[in-house]
Amino acid sequence: MSVFRNVVFIAAISGLLAGVILAALQTYATDPLIFKAETYENAGGHDHMAAPAPAAEATAPADMQAAAPAEQEEAWAPTDGFERFAYSALANIVSGVAFALILVAVSELAGGIANWRQGVFWGFAGFAVFTLAPGLGLPPELPAMPAADLAARQVWWTFTVLGTAAGLALIAFRKSLPLAVLGLVLIVAPHVVGAPQPASHETPIPPDLHRNFIVAVTLTNLVFWVVLGAVAGFVRGRFMGEQGALRSSLA
Amino acid sequence: MTTVSSAIGAGVSTQSRNLQLAMAALLGLFVVGFLGFSQMEVVHNAAHDYRHSMAFPCH
Repeated sequence: MSVFRNVVFIAAISGLLAGVILAALQTYATDPLIFKAETYENAGGHDHMAAPAPAAEATAPADMQAAAPAEQEEAWAPTDGFERFAYSALANIVSGVAFALILVAVSELAGGIANWRQGVFWGFAGFAVFTLAPGLGLPPELPAMPAADLAARQVWWTFTVLGTAAGLALIAFRKSLPLAVLGLVLIVAPHVVGAPQPASHETPIPPDLHRNFIVAVTLTNLVFWVVLGAVAGFVRGRFMGEQGALRSSLA
Repeated sequence: MTTVSSAIGAGVSTQSRNLQLAMAALLGLFVVGFLGFSQMEVVHNAAHDYRHSMAFPCH
């Protein structure tokens, strides 16, 4: 299991670091926009099944613990303020390691990330696959925004991610023109099919708020993926260097 | 004996190596799927802001 262990080791370090950075970036760049959108959500009467966050509290996250009495039969949700931040940060870090596992394992199949600069390009690929491609058809949404059926969107998202990843791999690692064309088709096809869209895009969310959110989500994810790839390449280089040195000293 | 290779686990058989890499990737996909796609309301609520900020399809 040495290969598995090494991949987990590299993924844990790079995912942890990139996840912490992403959590910090989201706290300043995207979370305030989500809280703001929730004020429209509650004012607009849109029936949001989960994440109850009364408007007044969402705008003042610091002093809300006292003002949140037990509500109806809702599922558990973190209390606004520190608890909510802590769960978001935890999700970011765990997902950072999970994305790192995928990135490191797939890159090993292609020979491995040699150094931090190569890692940056692997990071760009991860960004294109997991953020850019699905975001074209399904732009980042704020609470209170209408959306098509959840399951249909999740299916489209999944196929878009798989198609883009396969397409990029065919273009980058198969030195063949027909396969490169096929790769391009795989990348474009999900957008020709089109993402599931809601019947109406009418929303109480101001267009400016949504646009800022799209920019914030895209850029925070870009930083996350570039850091993830670069750190994975750096750690792998150091790690393999030591292993190589160890081997030659034993020989 | 100085088989310093650029690929992790170059000494392992290709089949075993690919299997282990596939396991690592599947583990990552499973965790991402759970955080981003799980319909359980508790998971949704805990990871709500994360899901919006990662542009996962959410509610």
